[in-house]
Amino acid sequence: MTTNILEMRSITKTFPGVKALQDVTLEVARGEIHAICGENGAGKSTLMKVLSGVYPHGTYEGDIVFENEVVEFSDIRHSEAKGIVIIHQELALSPYLSIAENIFLNNEVKGAFGLIDWNKTNSEAAKLLARVGLRENPTTKIRDLGVGKQQLVEIAKALSKRVKLLILDEPTAALNDDDSDHLLSLILHLKEQGITSIIISHKLNEIKKISDSVTVIRDGKTIETIAKKDVTEERIIKDMVGRDLEHRYPDHTPHIGEEILRVENWTAHHPQDPSRVMVDNINLNVKRGEIVGLAGLMGAGRTEFAMSLFGKSYGSRISGKVFKDGEEIQTRTVAEAIDNGIAYATEDRKVYGLNLIEDIKRNISMASLGKLSRLGLVNDNEEYKVANEYRKSMNIKAPSVLSKTGKLSGGNQQKVVLSKWIYSNPDVLILDEPTRGIDVGAKYEIYTIINRLASEGKGIIVISSELPELLGICDRIYAISEGRITGELPIEKASPEALIKLMTMEAPR
Amino acid sequence: MSDNDTLVEQVGPPKNRATSAISHVITDLGKNGIFIALIAVVVLFSILTQGILLRPQNISNLIVQNGYILILAIGMVIVIVAGHIDLSVGSVAAFIGAVSGVFAVKMELPWWIAIILSLLIGALVGAWQGFWIAYVGIPAFIVTLAGMLIFRGLALVVLGNSNIGSFPEEYRALGNGFLTNVFGEFPVDPLTMGIAVIAIVGLVVQQVRSRAGRQSYGQDVEPIAWFIAKLVLVTVGVLAFAYALATFKGIPVTLIILAVLVMIYGIVTNRSVFGRHVYAIGGNRHAAELSGVKTRRVDFLIFVNMGFLAALAGLVFTARLNLAGPKAGDGFELEAISAAFIGGAAVQGGVGTIGGAIIGGLIIGVLNNGMSILGIGIEWQQAVKGLVLLFAVAFDVFNKRRAGGR
Repeated sequence: MTTNILEMRSITKTFPGVKALQDVTLEVARGEIHAICGENGAGKSTLMKVLSGVYPHGTYEGDIVFENEVVEFSDIRHSEAKGIVIIHQELALSPYLSIAENIFLNNEVKGAFGLIDWNKTNSEAAKLLARVGLRENPTTKIRDLGVGKQQLVEIAKALSKRVKLLILDEPTAALNDDDSDHLLSLILHLKEQGITSIIISHKLNEIKKISDSVTVIRDGKTIETIAKKDVTEERIIKDMVGRDLEHRYPDHTPHIGEEILRVENWTAHHPQDPSRVMVDNINLNVKRGEIVGLAGLMGAGRTEFAMSLFGKSYGSRISGKVFKDGEEIQTRTVAEAIDNGIAYATEDRKVYGLNLIEDIKRNISMASLGKLSRLGLVNDNEEYKVANEYRKSMNIKAPSVLSKTGKLSGGNQQKVVLSKWIYSNPDVLILDEPTRGIDVGAKYEIYTIINRLASEGKGIIVISSELPELLGICDRIYAISEGRITGELPIEKASPEALIKLMTMEAPR
Repeated sequence: MSDNDTLVEQVGPPKNRATSAISHVITDLGKNGIFIALIAVVVLFSILTQGILLRPQNISNLIVQNGYILILAIGMVIVIVAGHIDLSVGSVAAFIGAVSGVFAVKMELPWWIAIILSLLIGALVGAWQGFWIAYVGIPAFIVTLAGMLIFRGLALVVLGNSNIGSFPEEYRALGNGFLTNVFGEFPVDPLTMGIAVIAIVGLVVQQVRSRAGRQSYGQDVEPIAWFIAKLVLVTVGVLAFAYALATFKGIPVTLIILAVLVMIYGIVTNRSVFGRHVYAIGGNRHAAELSGVKTRRVDFLIFVNMGFLAALAGLVFTARLNLAGPKAGDGFELEAISAAFIGGAAVQGGVGTIGGAIIGGLIIGVLNNGMSILGIGIEWQQAVKGLVLLFAVAFDVFNKRRAGGR
C-alpha cells in the first residue's frame, strides 16, 4: 500500500515521427493538489490524455496505477467510471441547455420507465451547485453565465460523477482575478473533502499558492517533482525552459518620440442594446517607441474600446476622434484602419485571429495581400519568401510555412498573428492579451518582439489581465473601469496595488 | 483540444532524396484521389458497356450533356468554399432560359443581344440574392430556397404556360455546335488536334515556369522524373481525348466555354486576391473580417457570379434542347452541389477547388451516361448517385481523420 492515488510509470507515447512522451513518471499522493508545469508542446496535455483514456491502453507504453490497481482505460467513460474526470481548458458545455441538464448530460437522473425525472435532476443539481458555491438556479441556461461560473458548472458536473481525481487543464486561463480566486479556493475546499486534483497551469503564482507538489515536464520528459516547501517560481521556470531566465521580462530602454496616436472622446455603445454605454469618453495617446498598457478587469471595456476603434468591429453609435501624427484619420472599416497604419491582434486568436485550416503563409499574408499582388493576382512565390522570412525572424516552430496553423502550439500561433500584423507595416499596434495561454519561454519571445517593434519607432498598446506583465513591459499604463479611463500612471509610479485600486474604482460620472 | 502539444516539434533534418520523392508521389496521389476515382469509374463503365462509353460520339456527348452541370459546379464550389449554399440555380437556369426565349424568339432580337441581356439578368438575379445574404444577413440556405420557388414561378410566368422553341442557329450552337471542318473535311479534324497541341504546349510551358519560379525562391519541388511523368500522362490523356473528338464532329462549343471558364476561375480561386478572400472567409469569417477583408462585398459578388453562371448554364441547356420549357433545370442544383462535394469541398467551408468540382461533375456525368447505356432505369440511377455522394464525402472525412487533420 502506498499513499499514492495515482502512479504513472514510464509512460512513453509516440506519434508518427515524434516522441511526445518519453519515460514520463508521475506520482500523485492521495488528497493533494498536484500541479503540472511545462511549456506548450512539453507533453502535458498528451500525458493527461493518456491518463483519461483519450489515448486508450495499447497506444502507449508504461503502466498507470490508480488506487493501487493497474488500470487499462479504453476511453473517457471508462476512466470516469473509476473517478478520474478531466476538465478541459475549452469548456465542454452546451450553451442552450440548462445548468442541470449540462451537469447530468449523458448521466441523466431517470425515474419511472427510464424517463428523466426533472424534479430530482434539478434538486440534485442544486445540491451540487451549493457544493461549488455557485448561487444560480439549476434551470438557468449556460449561455447566460460568465466563463467563471461555467467553470464552476464543469466542476459540479465532475462532482456528480463521484470524482476522486479531478484534472483541471488551465482552469483560470480565461478568468478574471476574482473568479480565479474563487476557483482556487474551491479546489482547496474540495481537497478538504478528500478530492485529489491535478492542475495544469501557466500561472506560477497560482501554482505556488495552492499546490502541494509540482511536477515539471519538458520535451516529453519529467524533469523533477518539487515538494511544496521547495517551490519557487524561479525553480519552476528554470526547469521548464531548461535554462536560467534572469528576468521574466527582457530589458527595454525606451526611446520615446513624438506622439503618434491620440484618441479623443471615444465612446461606443452596446451592439444590441444601444442605450448601454460600453466605452465612455476615452482619451488616450501613444508616442513613437512607447509601450502603453491598458489595464482593466474583464468586461471593463478594454477589448470593446480596441475593437470599436479598429474599423468599428464592435459596438454601435460610435463617436470620437482619432489623430495620427497630429492629423485626424478615419477608421470606419478594418481596411481603412489598416491603411491608416493601425493593427489590432485579437485576444482570442483561434476564434478571431487565425484561419486554422489554412497554412502559416496564407495567414501571414492575409492582411496585406495588396502588397503581394499586381492586377488583383497574388504572387505566390513572393508570399512564400515573405512568410519564410517571418518564420525565421519570429522563430515560429513549424516544419515549413505550409503547415496548417491549427497544428501549432499557442505560442507559435501567436507569433503567426504577430507576423501578419507586422507585415502590414503598422505605425500603431494594439495587442490584446498577447501572451494568453502561452508558456513562459514563448512569452519571453513575444515580449522581445514587442520591444523590438517599439524600438523601431512604432507605438504599442498592450491590453492585459496580468498586471505583472504590464508592469514588466510597459512605459506607461492607463487603468480602465466601467468603460472609462480611471487613471494614468507612468511606469515608475505604477504598482499592482495602485493599478488594482484604479481598475476597481467606480468610474466618476 | 487545448494545445497540440505533440505535433509541434517536427523540424527534423531534411529527409533523404528517395523518401522525399516517394512522399511527393504519395502526396500527389492523395491530392488527386478524386481524379483516380474518376479514372476508376471510367474504366469500370468502359468494361461494363463493352467499350461504348469510350466511343468518340459518346465522349463528345458526355461533355455536351454535362456542360451545364459543370458550369454550375464552378460557381457552386466558390459558394460552398465561402460557407454558403445555393439551392436556386436550377430555377434560375430555367428562368433565364425562358427569358432568353422571349428575347431571341418572341422579340426576335439578334442572338448575341439576347445572350448578353440574359446573362445580365442572371447577374441581377444573383445580386438580388446576394443582397439578402450579404447585406441583410439572411442565411443563404433560406434566401436561395426562396429563390428556388421565386424563379421557378417567374419562369412559368414568362413562359405563359407554353414552351418557347426554335431558337436561332447561332444561339443553338451554345449547346449543340461544334468547331469542325473549318479547314475542310478530314477523317481526323486538324483544327481539333491543333488546339489540343497548343493547349498541351501552353500547359507544359506554364508548369515548367511555375516549377522554375518555385525553385528560384528556394521552395521544395517534386523530383524532375515525377514532374515529367505527370506531364507525359497529361499529354497522352489530352491527345487521346482530342483524337476522339476529332474523329467525331470536332470540339463542341460547350467544351470551349467550359475550358475558358475553368481557366479563368482557376486563376481567380488560386491566384487572385478575391479568391484568397473567399477561402479566408470560409476558413474563419471573424478572422477575415478583422484582417480587413470586406466580407459582405465578397459574399455579394460570389452570388452575383453564381447568378451569372446559372444564367449561362440555362442558356447552354436551352440551346441544347432548342426549347425553353417549364421543367428545365429541374434538380440541377443537387447535381451541382454533389459535384462540388464529391470533388472535395468541405461542408463547413474553406476547402474546395474548381478542378475538384469539375472532376466531381464528370464522375456524376459518367455514372449517368454509363448507367443509361446499360439500360439501368432512372430510379436506380438516382439511388446510385446518392450513394456515390455519400461514400465520396465519407471517404474524405475518413481520410482527414486518419491524417489527424481537423
